[in-house]
Amino acid sequence: MTMKTVFTKTTGLTDKPTHYCPGCTHGVIHRLVAEILEEMGILEDTVGVASVGCSVLSYEYFNCDMTQAAHGRAPAVATGVKRVLPDRFVFTYQGDGDLASIGISEVIHAAARGENITVIFVNNAIYGMTGGQMAPTTLIGQKTATTPFGRDARVQGSPIKVCEMIATLDGAVYIERVSTHDVPHIGKAKKAIRRAFETQKKGLGFSMIEILSTCPTNWGLDPAESLEWVKEQMVPVYPLGVYKNKADGGK
Amino acid sequence: MREVIFMGKVLMKGNEVIAEAAVHAGCKYFFGYPITPQSELVAYMARRLPEVGGLFLQAESEIAAINMVYGAASAGVRVMTSSSSPGFSLKQEGISYLIGSELPAVVVNIARGGPGLGNIQPAQSDYFQVTKGGGHGDYNIPVLAPASLQEIVDLTLEAFDIADKYRTPVILLGDGMLGQMMEPVEFGERSVVREYEKNWATTGSRGDGGPKTISSLDLDAVTLERRNWNLQRKFALMKENEVRYETFMIEDADYIMVAFGTVARITMNAVNRAREAGVKVGLIRPISLWPFPERPFIETRDQVKAYISIEMSAGQMVEDVRLAVNGHAPVDFFGRTGGVVPTQDEIFEKIVTVAGGVSV
Repeated sequence: MTMKTVFTKTTGLTDKPTHYCPGCTHGVIHRLVAEILEEMGILEDTVGVASVGCSVLSYEYFNCDMTQAAHGRAPAVATGVKRVLPDRFVFTYQGDGDLASIGISEVIHAAARGENITVIFVNNAIYGMTGGQMAPTTLIGQKTATTPFGRDARVQGSPIKVCEMIATLDGAVYIERVSTHDVPHIGKAKKAIRRAFETQKKGLGFSMIEILSTCPTNWGLDPAESLEWVKEQMVPVYPLGVYKNKADGGK
Repeated sequence: MREVIFMGKVLMKGNEVIAEAAVHAGCKYFFGYPITPQSELVAYMARRLPEVGGLFLQAESEIAAINMVYGAASAGVRVMTSSSSPGFSLKQEGISYLIGSELPAVVVNIARGGPGLGNIQPAQSDYFQVTKGGGHGDYNIPVLAPASLQEIVDLTLEAFDIADKYRTPVILLGDGMLGQMMEPVEFGERSVVREYEKNWATTGSRGDGGPKTISSLDLDAVTLERRNWNLQRKFALMKENEVRYETFMIEDADYIMVAFGTVARITMNAVNRAREAGVKVGLIRPISLWPFPERPFIETRDQVKAYISIEMSAGQMVEDVRLAVNGHAPVDFFGRTGGVVPTQDEIFEKIVTVAGGVSV
């Protein structure tokens, strides 16, 4: 009896083992993006822009042309690439420290200009790479290396809700927040990423998918608890859904 | 598409000459941000680049502009940005990344008085910043300093060639005076734009036999050191091939003035006047500030009585002069700072003082 191949790893990822911690959902999100690029047949027509943070080495994992940007500057670098190569697909892959803190200006203005790029925004409410410091997305009360007594709104302010903010800009065409805390939500995340790249394919303008993600190492939780924490703690603060969909002539 | 608009001599502003020369060099992408005294350059590109099928984009900040340059350069095209001192400081992070990722680009600094917000008057006080690295990491960067608007034309073209040849950013350094003054210039026939193979560019991997990456990151110390030594070999090659300078009456000189950019022109007048007064004085004008021209100093340092560095700063290039002279002769300095331009009279007086009086 011959064995039949029913599943293979996507060609959108290289064979290099990732450096991500056990239970981190970066690997899942990498795979979703890579699968979409493969399924749409655009891997060889894509230039990705890696950011700074845990996903800094994503250029070693995505099996397409990749450029590595300075901290927070990925949307500006992507703008440069896309303006030179308007028929290529250009995406950034950024964490919440990179995008929502040091790079908030670049993402806002890329969206305001309606840059025809796709931003994959991975939000795990903390700085991972540098050892678990507070991010702009850290929840009220959440303990981090730089909020050892928990984030206090009176001292550190409140979490930035990036999708809600970007959705107010005319240049933003498709904005959706999804999660990776269980299989049905991972399926939804993949659909959202596809819609973002299709928005870009149609030349409609700026698309961003915010993906709620885990950081077991810096949250001090095991992988299963971390998924639960996303569902119980993060989702209520960062409601899932489509925040802007001008692609279908909608809101 | 209007490819050539200037035949014969035209009267233009320095900032506009830089922009037009860049267009002649085949630069079709410009990312800028307004700042005095270089804003005419940005405005010129905004209306000029669409005429040649290029793209001008006003960035939200100098930081964004230099990173857009990084993106465009990684996609393999000739690209430029420009700023003035405070804005140039903001570009230093991006310049360090361009060096680390070995991406070609031309960055213009039309310098003004500092530190801080300073003022909008001309200055040369960014000399340390542009020649000694400026950004983080072990690096050097070619710096070209034109003294006239005609020279801007030539050096802008050369800046793009150096950038492509060595895969490096190149700085074109002027000051507010050079940017704002008007002079007749000639662009000549459309320059032959040298084509450089850019098979390293990240343009999508279709037909390339595999994806490419552009990055300045190397977490392994040993391999990063290897990359850094490779960069150093490139810098050594530039030191060998890309030194530019001009000398004036140094053959019999007892005293040699050293000045670059607009200050060299003022100094030249003072040199002529001192010659008429019987002082044997000459001038070395560095055109490449990095690599700094050491040869004319090595060739004269055992014959002259002193060198005098004249600068629109509190004394920066004078350190490179001292390194080149290496103790063989005294090195003196005269400078004005904060946006004050040294006058011919002041420079003449300095020569006379150092020479111990004139015989006439």
